[in-house]
Amino acid sequence: MNINFTLIAQAIAFAVLIWFTVKFVWPPLLKAIETRQKEIADGLAAAQEGKSALEVAAKKSEATLNEAKQKASEIIGQAEKRATQIVEEAKGNAKAEGDRIITGAKAEIDQEVNRAKEGLRAQVSALAIAGAEKILRKEIDGKAHSEMLSKLAAEL
Amino acid sequence: MATEHAEHALTPSQYISHHLSFNAQSVGNGSFWTLHIDTLIMSVILGFLVMGFVWWVARGATAGIPTKRQAFIELVFGFVDDQVKNIFHGNRHSFIAPTALTVFLWVFAMNAMDFLPVDIFAKLMHAIGLDTWRAVPTSDINTTFALALSVWILMIFFSIKVKGFGGWIHELFYSPFGTKIWVLPLNFLFNLIEYVSKPLSHSLRLFGNMYAGEVIFLLLGMWAATGLSGTIFGSILGAGWSIFHILIVALQAFIFMMLTVVYLAMAHESH
Repeated sequence: MNINFTLIAQAIAFAVLIWFTVKFVWPPLLKAIETRQKEIADGLAAAQEGKSALEVAAKKSEATLNEAKQKASEIIGQAEKRATQIVEEAKGNAKAEGDRIITGAKAEIDQEVNRAKEGLRAQVSALAIAGAEKILRKEIDGKAHSEMLSKLAAEL
Repeated sequence: MATEHAEHALTPSQYISHHLSFNAQSVGNGSFWTLHIDTLIMSVILGFLVMGFVWWVARGATAGIPTKRQAFIELVFGFVDDQVKNIFHGNRHSFIAPTALTVFLWVFAMNAMDFLPVDIFAKLMHAIGLDTWRAVPTSDINTTFALALSVWILMIFFSIKVKGFGGWIHELFYSPFGTKIWVLPLNFLFNLIEYVSKPLSHSLRLFGNMYAGEVIFLLLGMWAATGLSGTIFGSILGAGWSIFHILIVALQAFIFMMLTVVYLAMAHESH
């Protein structure tokens, strides 16, 4: 328990150590730690930001998807309508064409019938005249009676 | 000291007093002008080893992913910084926190010299021609008193720096009991006792713990020299005491640091 000069020597050593720590040891450690703390804080903030941005993007993509779906169904609806329209149009055209063909055929048939009638009429009048000639022979004036028979044939 | 004898030829009291004597060198006239070479060299080497190691790590400290070494130093740094932050509410980074780190690590390293096996260490030092060599600087009252007194001077320095010389004198007389004229001497007496007791308790607590620890190691070592059963029990108890001493070494370093911080923080507060 003897106090001596060692006390002063130790105090000087202590002072030097404190000076050394204050000057060279503490600041770089503090700087490193504070910089890292700041970096971590920034990183966390950035992560939070990214998360919210992701949420916004997800919402946006969902909205876009919905819009696209709606548009697609609209387009499909329009296409269906158009298809029906085209089919209807085609049906109408076909019917008109058929009608036209039928009308033409009918007209031709009528013509044919008329022509046949004409022929028959001529033949009938000729046959009638020939029959009458055979029956009447000489007493009948061919010219006067054929006129009368032509009139008769026209009345048929 | 009876160092010429072989160890086993010593009487117990000679053995203990041999182990507890300093390597004292006279540097002038009178008993004050002696220097404990062992205390001084051990403490300076330890101080610069420990703080040098921390400095070496701090110099290469990165703000990115720390190495394990850096992480360890940052752990100690954070521990000390947290303690200081709780007690002192000023700019701790400019002086008080680094001082606390110095005190903690240095005192811890000096205390830890108690773990060296006393006799093997003494034999080693004897082999290089040093008959008396005490390994634990903190079991020298000069070391602990030097630290406590330095803190005491810092305490007064900060008191005057923060409150001004007048403010400091004012505080000596007007606190803690009030400003009535008849309590002023009482205030002064109270503050005087506080100023005397602070460095005494600060230094003697550490010194007492480390000195007692050393003496117990010596007693156990002495017991171990008495025979087979003494060796067995002395070893077992020595191991037990070493393990318990780990706690004391860390705890005393921590307490010394905390008191340093508390005293310096108190000096910053006005009453």
